[in-house]
Amino acid sequence: MMRRLASGVLPIYALLYLAFLYLPILFLPLFSFNDSKILAFPMSGFTTKWYAALGHETQLLNALGNSIIVGLFSTVFATAIGSLTARAITRYRFPLRRSSQALQMAPLVMPEVIVAVSLLIMFLSLGLSLSLFTVALAHVLVTIPYSISIMTSAFEQFDDSLEEAAIDLGEGEWGALRRVTLPVVAPGIVSSLLVGFTVSFDEFIMAFFLTGTEPTLPVYIWSQVRFPAKLPIVLALGTLLILASLALLLAAEYFRRRSLRLSAVQEGVPIA
Amino acid sequence: MSSNQRPAGQAPATAPAPAMAPAADPAPEPGPVAGAAALVRMQGVTKSFGSFTAVESVDLDLRAGEFFSLLGPSGCGKSTLLRMIAGFEEPTRGTIAIDGRPMAEVAPNRRPTNMVFQSYAIFPHLNVADNIAFGLRSPGQSLSRTEIAARVDEMLATVGLGGLGQRGANELSGGQRQRVALARALILRPKVLLLDEPLSALDKKLREQMQIELRRLQRQVGITFLMVTHDQYEAMTISDRCGVMFGGRLAQVASPKELYQRPVTRQVAEFIGGINFLSGRVSARDAESASVEVKGFGTVTMPTEPAIPAAGGQITLGLRPERFYLAPERPAETEVAAAATVEDFAFYGETIHYYLRLDGYDAPVIAAVTNFQRAAHFAPGDRLFAGFRGRALVALP
Repeated sequence: MMRRLASGVLPIYALLYLAFLYLPILFLPLFSFNDSKILAFPMSGFTTKWYAALGHETQLLNALGNSIIVGLFSTVFATAIGSLTARAITRYRFPLRRSSQALQMAPLVMPEVIVAVSLLIMFLSLGLSLSLFTVALAHVLVTIPYSISIMTSAFEQFDDSLEEAAIDLGEGEWGALRRVTLPVVAPGIVSSLLVGFTVSFDEFIMAFFLTGTEPTLPVYIWSQVRFPAKLPIVLALGTLLILASLALLLAAEYFRRRSLRLSAVQEGVPIA
Repeated sequence: MSSNQRPAGQAPATAPAPAMAPAADPAPEPGPVAGAAALVRMQGVTKSFGSFTAVESVDLDLRAGEFFSLLGPSGCGKSTLLRMIAGFEEPTRGTIAIDGRPMAEVAPNRRPTNMVFQSYAIFPHLNVADNIAFGLRSPGQSLSRTEIAARVDEMLATVGLGGLGQRGANELSGGQRQRVALARALILRPKVLLLDEPLSALDKKLREQMQIELRRLQRQVGITFLMVTHDQYEAMTISDRCGVMFGGRLAQVASPKELYQRPVTRQVAEFIGGINFLSGRVSARDAESASVEVKGFGTVTMPTEPAIPAAGGQITLGLRPERFYLAPERPAETEVAAAATVEDFAFYGETIHYYLRLDGYDAPVIAAVTNFQRAAHFAPGDRLFAGFRGRALVALP
């Protein structure tokens, strides 16, 4: 009885839930092709002029450039730190290992506004002027937990005897790192780089507080939303960003799975 | 052959260095010369982790060209000893020398040893050929591409992987992975090949097949193999000599046959195959033989061993299950026999194990008879006679 009820209701619930999640996002691409500055139904006609207009927005392109610079810097930095931390967590047993792991994950759950304000106060008291650099530093902070979590899972699958085997076969410590450890965890590193870039690229609050005269893309978009004339262009931009983010995350997921597959090989499953 | 440990005096007149026959050895490499100086010499090797002593004052010599197994239950320190020879662990005390050269200051990547890891540690991002060639491309090696390719091809053929060089590491079966691990280590022509439980990841059938394969390979390349295992049958079937370890100490070093027939402690006797412990009292002893009164059986004569105390002393005697004669009547073949009741039996195919209740013994004794001896087929509850000869007994301290 209960089961029959559930089997009828659950699919409807699931559909509603998915609609709630994704319908708002679908309005973006929909209206980005609408030939009117007013965001309302009925739509007046199909156009790609907003996309074409994107190319002429020099400020927007500058902001895009800023976001890419900040994203690259913070993801490379965070992945480096995250990889080292993950290696330490997975390989060594040291006091407070578990609590340090919890501490490293804290930036994920702390209210971003608070962190942003704290950073603002700290940077200013250190005499650092606000710039893309301060934004990038803040992004390193929020990106590290993602990197640690991805790299920990990559290193947990890593068989330490692979490094010993490399050394046993005449390699030095650096050689073992270069010829064995890095190639084996490379998919994890790529995945961490992609996720980190996406996180930084989408981040608004930190960037809003810490940016100087050069806005990142989310900050620039926010500033443009106030001008109705620019709104359709922002929608076109938003559509492209969604596609880019999706592509990056799919790529990251592909590499993450590849890293699991690579390491699963080492388990030495007895196959007759 | 003078490198034996405590048991040196234990087996008085047995043939020197048994099972070391250099019989089939086509390799022009330094062959197994019995009596040659030790290739690996461990002296007083001790390893402590904090307050825990994993390996305690081990003295052991490995001969050139022999297949030596370190045998013991898990946690007995055998793997730690292996890792100290490889250089992954440093001895807390004691010295390890290979070919006369002390290893204390030698880094693991500079030692004349190579290792087959328990997990095989096949590099997952490289194909079979690149895995095998790994060591040839390490610093200090200066081989051309064609030389490397030739060595790899030769090695692939040696381990029976001919034509599989381009296979990916994730496309290999368990047995093939083991062959890759062997090839990768042997291609560097080490003085000693270290094998850490190399067969434990394989299923039973494949394991037995690989035991024979390992032995063949070792004879073919003529390199000293040192294998660590917890499986006594594996150690016995493959090795020239075995060392049995308990709690970090080396209890006995001997050929498999001697280990089985002349164990020096109860622990060794129990670890290597099944054994019954009987209690006895020495009634007379001279240089050659001793008369021992075995509880419940009667007085037998056995060769004198150091473990046999003077007349009047108590002694524990080991008796392998297959040394029992079972018969419905008192057997004529044996010096002594006791009446017993069959409590239970286990059928193994080629042998049958009987659990016998003896008068005066708390625990049942085990007697093994081959299935072929039809006269010795009994059922639970049957009364029978169990007898043995004096020389089947092992005196244990």
